[in-house]
Amino acid sequence: MALTGLFLCFFLIIHLLGNLQLLLPKEEAQLQYNLYSHFLSGNILIKIVSYVLYASILLHTIDAIYLSTKAKKASGETYVKDKRNRASKWYSRQMMLLGTIVFAFLVIHFKDFWYPYKFGSIETDINGNKDLYSLVVVSFQELWYVILYAVAILALGFHLLHGFFSAFRSVGLYHPYYTKIVKTIGIGFAVLMTFGYLIIPFYIFLKL
Amino acid sequence: MKIYLKIWRQKNKDTKGQLEDHTLDNVSAEMSFLEMLDMLNLKLAKSGERPVEFDHDCREGICGQCGVMINGIAHGPLKNTTTCQLHMRSFKDGDTIYIEPFKAKAFPVIRDLKVDRTGFDDIIAAGGYVSVNTGQAPEANSIPVTHNEAEAAFDSAACIGCGACVATCKNASAALFTSAKISQFTHLPQGKKESAKRTVDMVNRMEELDFGHCTNTEACQIECPQDISVLNIAKMNFEYNKAKLKK
Ligand code: HEM
Ligand code: FES
Repeated sequence: MALTGLFLCFFLIIHLLGNLQLLLPKEEAQLQYNLYSHFLSGNILIKIVSYVLYASILLHTIDAIYLSTKAKKASGETYVKDKRNRASKWYSRQMMLLGTIVFAFLVIHFKDFWYPYKFGSIETDINGNKDLYSLVVVSFQELWYVILYAVAILALGFHLLHGFFSAFRSVGLYHPYYTKIVKTIGIGFAVLMTFGYLIIPFYIFLKL
Repeated sequence: MKIYLKIWRQKNKDTKGQLEDHTLDNVSAEMSFLEMLDMLNLKLAKSGERPVEFDHDCREGICGQCGVMINGIAHGPLKNTTTCQLHMRSFKDGDTIYIEPFKAKAFPVIRDLKVDRTGFDDIIAAGGYVSVNTGQAPEANSIPVTHNEAEAAFDSAACIGCGACVATCKNASAALFTSAKISQFTHLPQGKKESAKRTVDMVNRMEELDFGHCTNTEACQIECPQDISVLNIAKMNFEYNKAKLKK
């Protein structure tokens, strides 16, 4: 769980950096982004990383389902009066729900961008690269689509708010000082990822 | 003061339980929570009804027998306090108090508020000991242990095994208990030797039993009467992963 989660976190950084190119001025962004996408799809190293990514998502999800069923079985009968919530953060208890939202989003995300790019026939730009840029920009003209993204990214943000530090604990980081630092970094990471990924659809919706 | 009780009654682990209403007059604020239950039981006994069964032993917060859910919180509203050390001054005249047993698959109800915590004993039996006879208490300075290590071992050893961590955890995980019982040895030279085997054995035993898996919500430490640190769990994960990697 921790290892796949941390790999996904690492991927989020790279994925965000790549996609921030969408924020460049239109003419520049279009050609550069399409070239970048073309480069990624041709690179053998990226190919290997992408298979690790697919495997991570699958293993993480399977582990998530396993943990949740185990928790459900272990919990036994429910309390009539239950005030246990005071002792923990809601998002730490709702990792499965948040993860499920992220998963549902990933399905849509793959279907809308990954699948057409890999297997569909889409237009090319003047350099002859597949015009993923226009596909993305057109998608984000719809308000409901932007809202869908916002919801998913907020879910991801809260998932990370708990997940990041939790992963380090699961691996075995127990030093009181460094665990504090990791917790702070985790908050920073979650906030950065949330805003980073939120900017893109909103910027395109409002500006382009 | 007048106290309304909604108290869990259950014949045995095979029957279904439910809440039963009782009212107590003249409860004094100086009474401990268990004395209030004694008062209820005296009343029940006098009227020929079956008294409410609940676990308790020392009544001074050190044995870990007395855990129940009070108004939905393990050991009640006060932080770092066992049920027996909770007093009725924490409640007001006219309050309704819900009292339920700790509920988890691994802690089947024996009767009423009494649960079977044999699972904890099983985890200890899997490795919570030092397997050489250490004899009499040795001369204090013959095995050097730094002050900080001694304190850390003692902090972990402060776990009274009450089960509040399991009852509080949304996963019903026994990670806090198990990790405290592992850490208390790992800090000391006598226990360090077998640390890898002990950790793997105890964690594996915990996994086999009906406990869930820790996901670091950290609720356990908040409701632990002894404030056992969740960093024990991280240390257990570290020892476990290290032992597995070495193999
Ligand atoms: C980009 C996607 C995702 C990232 C970056 C991510 C990251 C993480 C991280 C770092 C953890 C902590 C691991 C640990 O405590 O050892 C975690 C835990 C978890 N994740 Fe995800 N995750 C993602 C997607 C998902 C999905 C799709 C699901 C479910 C369908 C999911 C469900 C869970 C659950 C149930 C936990 C366990 C809670 C815990 O251990 O704290 N996650 N995730
Ligand atoms: S009865 Fe011993 S700790 Fe409460």
